[in-house]
Amino acid sequence: MPEANIKIENAVVSYREDVVLHGVSLQVNSGEFVGVIGPNGAGKTTLLTIVNGLGNLVSGSVQVLGKTVTKSGRHELRKQVGYVAQIENIDPRMPMSVREVAMIGRYGLLGLFHRPNRYDWRIVDEALAMVGMTHLANRPIGHLSGGEQQRAAIARCLAQEPKIFLLDEPTASLDWKARTDILELVKRIHAARHLTTLFVTHELETLPRTCDRVVLMKEGTIIGDGAPDKMISAENLSRLYDLPLAVIEERHPHINPHGEH
Amino acid sequence: MQYAILATFLGGIACAFIGVFVVLLHMPFIGVAMSHAAFAGALFGLLIGVNPLITAFVFSFIVALIIGPLADRGQLSPDTSLGVIFSLMLGIAFLIIGLMPTTRSDALNLLWGSVLTVTRTDILLLAIVAAVVVGMVVVFFKEAQATVFNRQIALSVGLPATLILYVILFMTGATITVSLNSIGGLLIFSLILNPAAAAYQLTYNMKKMFLLAAVFGVASGWAGLLLSYLFDLPSGATIVITSSLIFGVCALFSPKRKTRKMPVKTGSEKHSG
Repeated sequence: MPEANIKIENAVVSYREDVVLHGVSLQVNSGEFVGVIGPNGAGKTTLLTIVNGLGNLVSGSVQVLGKTVTKSGRHELRKQVGYVAQIENIDPRMPMSVREVAMIGRYGLLGLFHRPNRYDWRIVDEALAMVGMTHLANRPIGHLSGGEQQRAAIARCLAQEPKIFLLDEPTASLDWKARTDILELVKRIHAARHLTTLFVTHELETLPRTCDRVVLMKEGTIIGDGAPDKMISAENLSRLYDLPLAVIEERHPHINPHGEH
Repeated sequence: MQYAILATFLGGIACAFIGVFVVLLHMPFIGVAMSHAAFAGALFGLLIGVNPLITAFVFSFIVALIIGPLADRGQLSPDTSLGVIFSLMLGIAFLIIGLMPTTRSDALNLLWGSVLTVTRTDILLLAIVAAVVVGMVVVFFKEAQATVFNRQIALSVGLPATLILYVILFMTGATITVSLNSIGGLLIFSLILNPAAAAYQLTYNMKKMFLLAAVFGVASGWAGLLLSYLFDLPSGATIVITSSLIFGVCALFSPKRKTRKMPVKTGSEKHSG
């Protein structure tokens, strides 16, 4: 029986009067690579934030790595969960280098009163090498392109040596080459480290080749969960994005028309 | 005069270190609001016969507690509520000055600062706060660095970034409070902002930024004192003008001059998507 790394049961999340997740249940096993797709406002980002305790769970339960996510235990849990948010605007004049920012991934693990040592820097340098950023290690963090920023963020997560990897639209606002680079990188990392990965994305074209499983989200609920070639169908996309089937078929003729619900 | 030199040394270092946080967290308006709150608080203390430093710190920290959550949600830009708090504090301050019986020299000293009449107690408090601020930055450098870089990222790696932010605000309040007597409520914020802003122009290394800011802070203090002594000018004003000149020179020769400013487009809200 595969080990469940993430177990979400009837999770309800709200921010003031907005209910963002309406009783979502999901189980992700160790080493699985799960893609999450859906329109803006579907609750995809919120789904990620209840896994690392950044979100505001009103009811339901979330178990990560065998432990229930609680307010008091959140900091400890987050040390084992790597999180790449959507591109943050970084101050171009921020006085930190790429290498120093990657080391932030290890700060939670180091604990109070401990400074990074040679071992920690080695882990960081290996992470930078894996994302192809060694040549930019001493560049000021604010002097990177969008694609480079995301690779630096992924290096930061790798340096953390997490058990779970959460990526929130890491390719948003990147050009085609940067997008494909990031997707290939994430695929390579998953192949090398078998991290349990939740990957929120709009990359429908490349999704089937990257993920083991796809979850469809709409209006705060999960409306589909299964193999990519079954989930990414014209019928499902039409339901998901409220577009007529004919429009989907016209815009994406290579997507298979039918899939299971 | 010896006390004045010591006060500007200690105050210059403490204010500069706090200033680095203010600059990197992009929260100058929070600092201004806290400075004016401290000033209003000190005056309130004078009016009711309580130690003005206590009331200064309490007012300043209450404002930090109101503003902190705004900063937490990323609303750091000059917000309407910040503007209201800022003007409210100044209004309270001048109201209290108007209500003061007879001599108002104590109140006016708090406004302009009076570095040449600082007492041994002022020096002791400055020394304690400077030691705590510098000590905390040295011991918890990595926590501060991560929080300043990006609070969400610091939280996501398991650091208590919200607590760290409030500790920074608390230390800001303490630094402002103990510097009130020497620099004054109206000018203290310039001594916090200017040396750090000058250092920001010159380096891409955070440790160097703290060191440079401290050097500029002390240099502003001592050069300002010297000018005030030579030309018989108000010392608080000369210190602040000197710090502004240092900033001007650094900005002029900054290797970062050609770096474009932060993009206007913001990242998405954490609960959308």
